[in-house]
Amino acid sequence: MPRTLSAPVTVAFDYTRSTGPVLGRFLSGLRDGVVVGGRTSEGKVVVPPPEFDPVTHAAVDDFVEVADTGTVTSWSWVPEPVKGQPFERPFAFALVTLDGADAPLLHALDVPSPDDVTTGVRVRIRWRAERVGAITDIECFEPAVAEVRGAPATSLEAAAASARSETPEVSRLASLAPQPPAVTGIVVPIELDYLYAASPEESLFYTSLSEGKLVGQRCPTCGKVYIPPRSACQADGTPTAEEVELPDTGTVTTFCIVNVPFLGQRITPPYVSAYVLLDGADIAFLHLILDIAAEEVRMGMRVKAVWKPKDQWGTTIENISHFAPTGEPDADYETYRVHL
Amino acid sequence: MRDVAVVGFAQRQMAQFDGSPTCVELLVPLFADCYEQTGWTRRDIGFWCSGSSDYLAGRSFSFVQAVDAIGVIPPVNESHVEMDLAWAMYEAWIKIQTGEADTALVYAFGKSSAGVLRRTLALQLEPYTMTPLWPDTVSLAGLQARAGIDAGLWDERAMAEVANRSLTDAEKNEYAVRQGGSSVEELLSRPMYADPLRKHDCAPVTDGAAALVIAAEGRAREVCERPAWIRSLSHFVDPMSLGTRDLKRSPSAQRAGAASDLDGVEVAELHAPFSHQELILCSELGLADDVRINPSGGALASNPMFSAGGIRIGEAARQIWSGSADRVLGHATSGPALQQNLVCVMGSEG
Repeated sequence: MPRTLSAPVTVAFDYTRSTGPVLGRFLSGLRDGVVVGGRTSEGKVVVPPPEFDPVTHAAVDDFVEVADTGTVTSWSWVPEPVKGQPFERPFAFALVTLDGADAPLLHALDVPSPDDVTTGVRVRIRWRAERVGAITDIECFEPAVAEVRGAPATSLEAAAASARSETPEVSRLASLAPQPPAVTGIVVPIELDYLYAASPEESLFYTSLSEGKLVGQRCPTCGKVYIPPRSACQADGTPTAEEVELPDTGTVTTFCIVNVPFLGQRITPPYVSAYVLLDGADIAFLHLILDIAAEEVRMGMRVKAVWKPKDQWGTTIENISHFAPTGEPDADYETYRVHL
Repeated sequence: MRDVAVVGFAQRQMAQFDGSPTCVELLVPLFADCYEQTGWTRRDIGFWCSGSSDYLAGRSFSFVQAVDAIGVIPPVNESHVEMDLAWAMYEAWIKIQTGEADTALVYAFGKSSAGVLRRTLALQLEPYTMTPLWPDTVSLAGLQARAGIDAGLWDERAMAEVANRSLTDAEKNEYAVRQGGSSVEELLSRPMYADPLRKHDCAPVTDGAAALVIAAEGRAREVCERPAWIRSLSHFVDPMSLGTRDLKRSPSAQRAGAASDLDGVEVAELHAPFSHQELILCSELGLADDVRINPSGGALASNPMFSAGGIRIGEAARQIWSGSADRVLGHATSGPALQQNLVCVMGSEG
């Protein structure tokens, strides 16, 4: 049996970012199938354009269109791509200096093996069919047609043909229709997968819960009992070794009435979320108070755990459905005063 | 300027830590080591500073939980940086310079193995044009390595020599998660991984924690026979955009070195997570051929995120404490491809 409990967890958030005028210009260009660089005070064309000049620190406002063909200046093979990268199959990351630019752009290079790429090789951008104004509008770089030996000619020729047929139409539309609005923002979804482990003390707590027991630990220095147990007493920094089984009865120290609906809410408001100080514990923990009208919950109220049916138990605090009033007289303020 | 010395150092490094990412479990014995080395208790520490990042293992506010390992009743003077231990030490050094504290214990921790480290670190890149492609740490280092190979600045053999020396030295380091040198020929016969990098060119994913104790003149001599006096502490950063950087170089490392007095340095512990980066650092710092590099085995033997830079300072300080050197250098790096660099020069003379 492993020393600690663990479970997979995914943390995800869609970051929305405003682009500002410089990156907005670059990303608008990508959407329209054009690569835009910025000219620096030293006269160099940099792609993507820097927002501020690296030497003078002035805002960059001299934009230059560069070609979608260029030369690989460095590359690294990606044998085991990670989630979110341009390809799930092995590929190369490459620095490519586009024709008309003086500094390289980082992107993927789609070649079947490291034997199919060398520094100095000529490449071109493979544009995504549907473009939104993001760096991923460039699907990848691919070897430029004339310099590929033995590549499947059909797909490359088809791509070139489609680029040719697209070009006149785009320019005709551009002259008739108003320009699409400039890109001012992007959304970058971030998702990270972890294997989350509990500490040995937390593992003890959750394993005990799966047996219907509440187990905390006592600090050998100050004698305080923590539940859930911590790896060290927060007052003394001493590891808490001695296990203490606690009853499932306790006192409400403080509480709040939840009136606001939120995503994922399981109970219809209003309901009460409270700090419950188990009898014999020195730290209260958060749980629900149900089986009583929200407005009747009070500080000092005596409560008891209401357990779910045993066949629903796992290594989780949710084995306790909620706490409910015992009907005993309220606890004296003095008994929980120091735990507020 | 107040004279400040490194007087305590403790570390724990492992391939995989199976406990909570708050790492309190690792920090308690580390602090105990520091108390034993100095004879101090937590009450003797005037300032605390930690380095960590919640992105590493997906635990929110792990640095707050980690404070449990100190024991904070009554409250302590405490801070945090989302940077390597070396920068936490920099903040503590400044704090001591202000006169607000005379002693500091700085620590750092990280559980890199909880996620896919080389992927997680894509979040430290330029968020508009780089992060959406998830460029991993190994690929970015590979681009840098090849740029130098193509320019004739180093070759695969020079990289293998760095790896072989590191893995050989690591045999004497109980905390190394990868050790055992063989020969340059044997290393070169191993298959490519992320061409141009072989696996031994890349630091192993490492979990761990470390702590350093620093103290001002007066307090330092109380607890250490030969304190490692900080003679200079300097750090610089290069631009975020890879396109405007010459990847073959690390101007920030050069500037950090130029701001330090490197004359007479006998031992340098360099934080180089990829073999070719040690070659760049030696060149940028202008280290002479007779400077002993990474007797600990360096980052190619173990590279716990957020501790590995500070561990270089601790390992270098130990050379002073033991009397085996009079002037040493500890270096830390952060960001992709040696973007940010800190140089700490220490000497035996106060």
